[in-house]
Amino acid sequence: MADLTTEFLGIKSPNPFWLASAPPTDKEYNVRRAFEAGWGGVVWKTLGMEGPPVVNVNGPRYGAIYGADRRLLGLNNIELITDRPLQTNLEEIKRVKADYPDRAIIVSLMVPCEEQAWKDILPLVEETGADGIELNFGCPHGMSERGMGAAVGQVPEYIEMVTRWCKQYYSKPVIVKLTPNITDVRKPAAAAMRGGADAVSLINTINSITAVNLDTMSPEPSIDGKGSHGGYCGPAVKPIAMSMVSEIARNPETHGLPISGIGGVTTWRDAAEFMALGCGNVQVCTAAMTYGFKVVQEMISGLSDWMDEKGHTSIQDFVGMAVPNVTDWQYLNLNYIAKAKISQDDCIKCGRCYAACEDTSHQAISMSEDRVFEVIDAECVACNLCVDVCPVEDCITMVQMAPGEVDPRTGKVVEKEYANWTTHPNNPGACAAE
Amino acid sequence: MPDATPLTPGITSGRLSAETLSQNFDDLHPAYAPHEAAVAADRCYFCHDAPCITACPTEIDIPLFLRQIQTGTPEAAAKTILSQNILGGMCARVCPTETLCEEACVREAAEGKPVEIGRLQRFATDTLMHAGKHPFTRAASTGKSVAVVGAGPSGLSCAHRLAMHGHDVVLFDARAKAGGLNEFGIAAYKSTDDFAAHEVDWLLKIGGITVETGQRLGDELSLDELQNEYDAVFVGIGLSGVNSLRAAGEEREGVSDAVSFIADLRQASDLSALPVGRDVVVIGGGMTAVDAAVQSKLLGAQNVTIVYRRGQDQMGASRFEQDLATSKGVRIIANAQPVAVHGNGAVAEAEFEYTTTKDGALKGTGETFRIKADQLFKAIGQTLEAAPEALKLDGRKIAVTGAGRTSVKGIWAGGDCASGGDDLTVTAVAEGRDAAEDIHASFLAKTP
Repeated sequence: MADLTTEFLGIKSPNPFWLASAPPTDKEYNVRRAFEAGWGGVVWKTLGMEGPPVVNVNGPRYGAIYGADRRLLGLNNIELITDRPLQTNLEEIKRVKADYPDRAIIVSLMVPCEEQAWKDILPLVEETGADGIELNFGCPHGMSERGMGAAVGQVPEYIEMVTRWCKQYYSKPVIVKLTPNITDVRKPAAAAMRGGADAVSLINTINSITAVNLDTMSPEPSIDGKGSHGGYCGPAVKPIAMSMVSEIARNPETHGLPISGIGGVTTWRDAAEFMALGCGNVQVCTAAMTYGFKVVQEMISGLSDWMDEKGHTSIQDFVGMAVPNVTDWQYLNLNYIAKAKISQDDCIKCGRCYAACEDTSHQAISMSEDRVFEVIDAECVACNLCVDVCPVEDCITMVQMAPGEVDPRTGKVVEKEYANWTTHPNNPGACAAE
Repeated sequence: MPDATPLTPGITSGRLSAETLSQNFDDLHPAYAPHEAAVAADRCYFCHDAPCITACPTEIDIPLFLRQIQTGTPEAAAKTILSQNILGGMCARVCPTETLCEEACVREAAEGKPVEIGRLQRFATDTLMHAGKHPFTRAASTGKSVAVVGAGPSGLSCAHRLAMHGHDVVLFDARAKAGGLNEFGIAAYKSTDDFAAHEVDWLLKIGGITVETGQRLGDELSLDELQNEYDAVFVGIGLSGVNSLRAAGEEREGVSDAVSFIADLRQASDLSALPVGRDVVVIGGGMTAVDAAVQSKLLGAQNVTIVYRRGQDQMGASRFEQDLATSKGVRIIANAQPVAVHGNGAVAEAEFEYTTTKDGALKGTGETFRIKADQLFKAIGQTLEAAPEALKLDGRKIAVTGAGRTSVKGIWAGGDCASGGDDLTVTAVAEGRDAAEDIHASFLAKTP
């Protein structure tokens, strides 16, 4: 079994699976159960400043999107930061950390954008013995209306300023959690780095309305007939999160900045993908909220088996391995030519590929009277839609054409050499090859 | 407690307790709950030009109705079904889906587990019918009148479609109740809670249909008079005759037609009062043979044997039906033909000869055997009886061309009595519907 021990910012944990700052990490009771189940670390649910705690709504906090058989694909929530007294949380953090010295405990924080507020709370957190802090600059609902959470995360200058205060008044690692509710995630990440952040974590939840009740005309979740946008998370957000992670990982300005990956991690494979895109570890919430803490056992065994299969002996072996392969569209090889191929042995004759191609794409699949579906190479642009809609895995594959062959669609010989848009004759801005 | 047991010799009633009987004759396929239905419907791939539609004699748009179930609109799904097949509720219960839509389902090819189209169809139609809704409205009256003879699946389907188009329909049937084989000829566990009768009542909600029972063609009704009185006539009289065994001793007491047994059972208000033998032998290989055999077993017969003269793979009953029979404890003997019915007055034994097929012809091998029998059912097919002389026949059925046109102008025919198509409920529904459309078109053509 591969060694899953992870060292992230010098913080050791037995595996790279941390619970994200969220409802599952709000209390000592939950966190102890999580550690007993095998989680490598937790980011304690966000603490606010001293004084009367925030209050939550007393109606539904969550809304959901389902796939077949009510499989939960996306969840949103309008819960705020912890609504328990600061002192209670601090005492609990200290106790749990003492009992689980081998696990990572990070404390998530959100206080007003005033230096004094941070100066007040940071020594209290330091005193708990927790391994680091995570700045919640991402929470998209409620707190953002009060100038915190996403309201800070959307202004790079604020991120930089607050991060700097934290590095000044706190001795351990500072992670900045980023909101996806912006246009270019590289800007806040760079700001965090300038402020001295040890790492960024992303994504926080996405502004969302999961449903509208068509009887009451209220958005869901509905509180007395009204709804507010909540933070969207779960398997549905994973592609958005991975893209944002990759942008930070490959941006020269932030390249090498440690990243904790968050957003729809549900299985070991999701975790491995985030890590291949440059994350030193991952944080999980919705999978635990859907299935309970036990899911981590599958993540541990799955990641370990995959690492064994690939010959990776430590997490560091594969972190960031996919980053060099993320590029801009303009650098994609336009001389790479593929054609869809349908395996007649595997085909069950549903005709979805035909409908998709005929109705919505390139009319590159033929259908015979006895339902034999075949690719018309002279029309196929290898768009992959047939592969994506085929219900049988690997029944349709994309087969690369060998250099020297003639593409029947264009009548041109497939070139061996790599060539991209920057040098393409159709590109008005192309620089002629010299 | 009943006095008799499965071991009591002879044909007797009350072999099983009322409770056991009620369990035995419960729904063969329990109805889906809404969530189950949504999950089952979600398995549909929404195939292009779906093979299941082609496989359905009524060409129901199955992928569409499954998607409508999956998106929480079962009543819209029901309308999709019923617009093609007004007896979609019964067909969902009795169709041999394993040889029709579900056999064609690509998931059958992919994993041997088709989408359960029949059960889902029932979910949709039951939902609509339980809500008491009839989703179609009758067009303004055209003043045209049509006589539909036979209130079985083809006649009901024809009458409904004609009524929908605004024509006035009189629906005649020889029996005391409408429904035909749906009411009298299907195993009880396929149509529980008096479904066939409820379905007829529901169908008649379209309006414009008058039902006249106790009217038999050739007795109370004559084709000539109907032709004079009505603008068109549809004949859907089914097959009321029963083929004979042509074996010695066929007239013995205890020998009867399986169709009568099934009809008696369907009309029985108290199953514990219905007599059945201890050793029951059913001769035949179709659905009727299986229905009679299984129900004999469920009524408490100790030994039930189906004997079929050809190979088991040639039985008219589907593999599913055969497995159902054997799972209930019915024994199937293939390749054996009846030779004689023995007994002193009543039947005591049935004698068979093994058969073999040479050059396409069935031949006895000369080797015989006997099976103990105190009750013997003949289920070797039904025949057309009292066919109106005016109508040309094609073999032993009324000859039709196109959408059920007979040799006589103004007279259409469909269902089991007409040539072409399988003798299935769903085929009869399709034929009745198509004849109605043809009748309607003929009226339009005549009206300038």
